[in-house]
Amino acid sequence: MSPVADGPLLSVRGLGKRYGTQTGCLDVRFDLWPGEVIGVVGESGSGKTTVLDCLSGRVAADAGRVEYAVRDGRVVDVLRQDESARRRLLLREWGIVHQNPRDGLRMAVSAGANVGERLMALGARHYGEIRGRALDWLAQVEIGLDRIDDLPETFSGGMLQRLQIARNLVTGPRLVLMDEPTGGLDVSVQARLLDLLRGLVVELHLSAVIVTHDLAVARLLAHRLIVMRGGETVESGLTDQVLDDPQHPYTQLLVSSVLHP
Amino acid sequence: MSDPALEIQALQKTFTLHAQGGVRLPVLRGVSLRVAPGECVVLADPSGAGKSTLLRAVYGNYAPQAGRILVRHEGRMVDLVGASPRLVLDVRRHTIGYVSQFLRVVPRVPVVEVVAEPLRVIGVPLPDARERARALLDRLRIPERLWSLSPVTFSGGEQQRVNVARVFVVAYPVLLLDEPTASLDTESRRIVVELIDEARGRGAAVLGTVHDAEVRARLATRVQRLTEPAAA
Repeated sequence: MSPVADGPLLSVRGLGKRYGTQTGCLDVRFDLWPGEVIGVVGESGSGKTTVLDCLSGRVAADAGRVEYAVRDGRVVDVLRQDESARRRLLLREWGIVHQNPRDGLRMAVSAGANVGERLMALGARHYGEIRGRALDWLAQVEIGLDRIDDLPETFSGGMLQRLQIARNLVTGPRLVLMDEPTGGLDVSVQARLLDLLRGLVVELHLSAVIVTHDLAVARLLAHRLIVMRGGETVESGLTDQVLDDPQHPYTQLLVSSVLHP
Repeated sequence: MSDPALEIQALQKTFTLHAQGGVRLPVLRGVSLRVAPGECVVLADPSGAGKSTLLRAVYGNYAPQAGRILVRHEGRMVDLVGASPRLVLDVRRHTIGYVSQFLRVVPRVPVVEVVAEPLRVIGVPLPDARERARALLDRLRIPERLWSLSPVTFSGGEQQRVNVARVFVVAYPVLLLDEPTASLDTESRRIVVELIDEARGRGAAVLGTVHDAEVRARLATRVQRLTEPAAA
């Protein structure tokens, strides 16, 4: 575990993205500290996924500044690094968990190869060691070890999502970006994944940005919340305070509209 | 009176219900009180007076509009009104324990892990945390056969004891107790009272609500109403 830095791990200021005349997101700002999980919540079209895509570089932000403190203490300007630096960051420091696990997995290779691939990209060459690490991680995410040579195609949705998480965490990322990690899963599977994610965050001292429309998921996973509407932040703060004592009319509407936030 | 562990000054909290025509509900109108280490201050107002609101505000769950909530945290006084989420979370990890009237947990997580979790987040190794959790569950008479089950399906009284266990498993210097003995049978109530006494004995400052007159008389070192000025 790296020592807790004096400053935030990730610092986002004035982040903005327009799609033609549409606002993707506007003036988003937050700091994320080591070991902290921040939830970005809102309805469809609120801009929450745009924020995540701008951070990961999947879409190019057109305003703002994102600073990230790498392992050795240097601070990198995430939006203005070149492509090779971005790839290095995504491989060595960050993990990205997509809503649809098929977007984050390689469906044509085995479960074990999916987990081992990022290790190999980081230079691991010893087959037995890679397989051993893959087995460790399959166990951590509660996938039967006898499934290591199976293709992801044969896995259920919940297993695919857990495999995607193993593929990301095997390289020991410090920051994980997750888009609706429990979306599309059965409720019983969601609970298991939530428990798994909570445990991993505590044990690995992970920091995470989790985008979700599900306020119950946000309550259980996130320390802090950012509530978005129409690309803008309407409210932010401590998760249970935002959910139990929402200040903004929109947040009040959002919270009062669900059965068990 | 010795230096307070918790001092609330002129605290105000009004709820504005935007979806209901912007109705404003003033609940706390300038509440002041102090709780010293070893004290148990019980709020004795009738239902609806804002006792739970005050406890939630002190825990950072509700955001007051004005006033101060000073807590002795890691050797210095910090003000929780308008504090950063990071500070509030740190205070919750190390300084303030809160027994609410509701148990909210991740479904499917065994009760022993639920109770061990507050220890894990302050760095107690898992085996040790589990050991202490088991000891407290045992003391609170949660049958061992339930320890590996999720408390979601427990009875009200069992859930209440789990709530008590996950707070008393850590030696917090400040305890907020919202009806900690409600829905408990006589023997469980006696044990919870004993735990509270022990916490006071090690210097915890306790602020709580207790409806039951007998338990209140037994626990309170001081009874206060929200509308009264702070004791000198």
